[in-house]
Amino acid sequence: MDRPEPAAVFPELLSWESAGTSRIPFAAYTSDALHRRELERFFYRSHWCYVGLEAEIPNPGDFKRTVVGERSVILVRAQDGEIHVVENVCAHRGMSFCRERHGNRKDFTCPYHQWNYSLKGDLQGVPFRRGVKQGGVVQGGMPADFKPADNGLTKLKVAARGGVVFASFDPDIEPLEAFLGPTILRYFDRLFDGRALKLLGYNRQRIPGNWKLMQENIKDPYHPGLLHTWFVTFGLWRADNKSQLLMDERCRHAAMISTRGQSGAAADVTQVASFKADMKLEDPRFLDIVPEPWWGGPTAVMTTVFPSVIFQQQVNSVSTRHIQPDGHGAFDFVWTHFGFADDTPEMTERRLRQANLFGPAGFVSADDGEVIELSQHGFEQKPFHRTLAELGGTDVADADHMVTETLIRGMYRYWREVMEA
Amino acid sequence: MTAAAPGDGAATSVAIDFARYHALVQLYAEYAYAVDSGNWDLWPGFFVDDCRYRLVPRENHERGLPLATLSFESKGMLRDRVYGIRETLFHDPYYQRHVVGAPLVRATSAGRIESEANYAVFRTKLDGPSTVFNVGRYLDIVVDTAEGLKFASRTVVFDSEMIPNSIIYPL
Repeated sequence: MDRPEPAAVFPELLSWESAGTSRIPFAAYTSDALHRRELERFFYRSHWCYVGLEAEIPNPGDFKRTVVGERSVILVRAQDGEIHVVENVCAHRGMSFCRERHGNRKDFTCPYHQWNYSLKGDLQGVPFRRGVKQGGVVQGGMPADFKPADNGLTKLKVAARGGVVFASFDPDIEPLEAFLGPTILRYFDRLFDGRALKLLGYNRQRIPGNWKLMQENIKDPYHPGLLHTWFVTFGLWRADNKSQLLMDERCRHAAMISTRGQSGAAADVTQVASFKADMKLEDPRFLDIVPEPWWGGPTAVMTTVFPSVIFQQQVNSVSTRHIQPDGHGAFDFVWTHFGFADDTPEMTERRLRQANLFGPAGFVSADDGEVIELSQHGFEQKPFHRTLAELGGTDVADADHMVTETLIRGMYRYWREVMEA
Repeated sequence: MTAAAPGDGAATSVAIDFARYHALVQLYAEYAYAVDSGNWDLWPGFFVDDCRYRLVPRENHERGLPLATLSFESKGMLRDRVYGIRETLFHDPYYQRHVVGAPLVRATSAGRIESEANYAVFRTKLDGPSTVFNVGRYLDIVVDTAEGLKFASRTVVFDSEMIPNSIIYPL
């Protein structure tokens, strides 16, 4: 046996092999206590979390139920057109009162005791607040000093940019633009450049793996050319593609930027067993790619915004992918595909057709969920062990090629900074 | 009689003669057999060349949102999917088992039947129990061909919107 067995298979404490982050302890994915700390420090404090698109709530009164971390919230457009995010927990008895996933309302009422809230989350009605008059005597009621103004729903801070809405429970959070940083903001604005978005629909999947694995998956340019044979064969993602890996200055967010290669046979550069030289599509419409002016060069930009969302542009297919943790060992992954209001019918059809590549059944995405589930299997068996993310070295830096795991190391550098503080 | 779009109108149905209904039931049963057999090559054979196959979360279907989880527009695309299942889509292998209800005929015209049926699909992984994987209904347009009844269109509208990780094999 080339590695000694440790003193404990299930260590009490998380321990890293070095000050670096190229070897990530399995225990970072297997502990409920650490998971709760992640919720506190990443999802509930100091971070903007994705909640949806303005296009999902176009009209006054429209709402969508979603989550920040593991807390249920409602994204809603008030009568004055302003967007609000309120927590879906009644101020009275704590009931998660909104059950519909979307709809249109004039106000919110908790069914339990009919406490009524405005769309902005202000408490506006409490039945029997003044008691009930019986035989000339007022019985019960709320105390005289009860102030509705102090008993609204929890109101989150909201930031909207380019039609995308983020929210935070943290009243002191920095502006969204500062949170993203100039580098990531540039790629965010490239996709969400102010054009009205058009909602195309949803896909939802529950992936039985730690939520961070999905961030890592989209910070890992090593795997697409190997796991996703489809990508390689059709030149959508190749090791020789012109590419860039960029991070914000704290290395929590990243953009993987790739330009589809046109030169050379795929076999020359793949050098991988999974490559299928004779693979040809019977129906090439799956890859009816038409470049769009806003791309400005790159054919694919995958942006990971820590901790809650991934923005996808893969040729003509664009989507948001919302990470919704559920304990340390699972998360829901919600895909919202969209287009732009000025798309031609042909472009809409093309986006919908290319969506076959993505999502829980997609030609190049279904297997991401599978490998995440099986990684979690490995972690749970022996939390004392660690993963290796040393492709391209052990340091953290932007890169102009795909043959590196630097973005994963960067994310864990930030993770350690915050979790060990 | 006139019928609404399959599955979206009132619960109206039309009577067809027994032999024709029998042929329709046989098509549904053979389809279920084929997609549970593990021989994925059988699957495209149930469709006409210019077919539609759509796998759609009920949410998108009912809200009129056009996104499908899978949307194929030709038998060639179905064959491409078969190739993907066999050669390029890594997945934890599983058995699947369809249980399909009696088809409800919504409308008929010359050489064409609009019908629908409930289904449940169970998934059994090699080291696990059998679980309910996906439930929903088929909304179909079935046509006569020289080789018997085939699907011109099969829309699989699933209630199980929270997909247990992934869907690899045809439903």
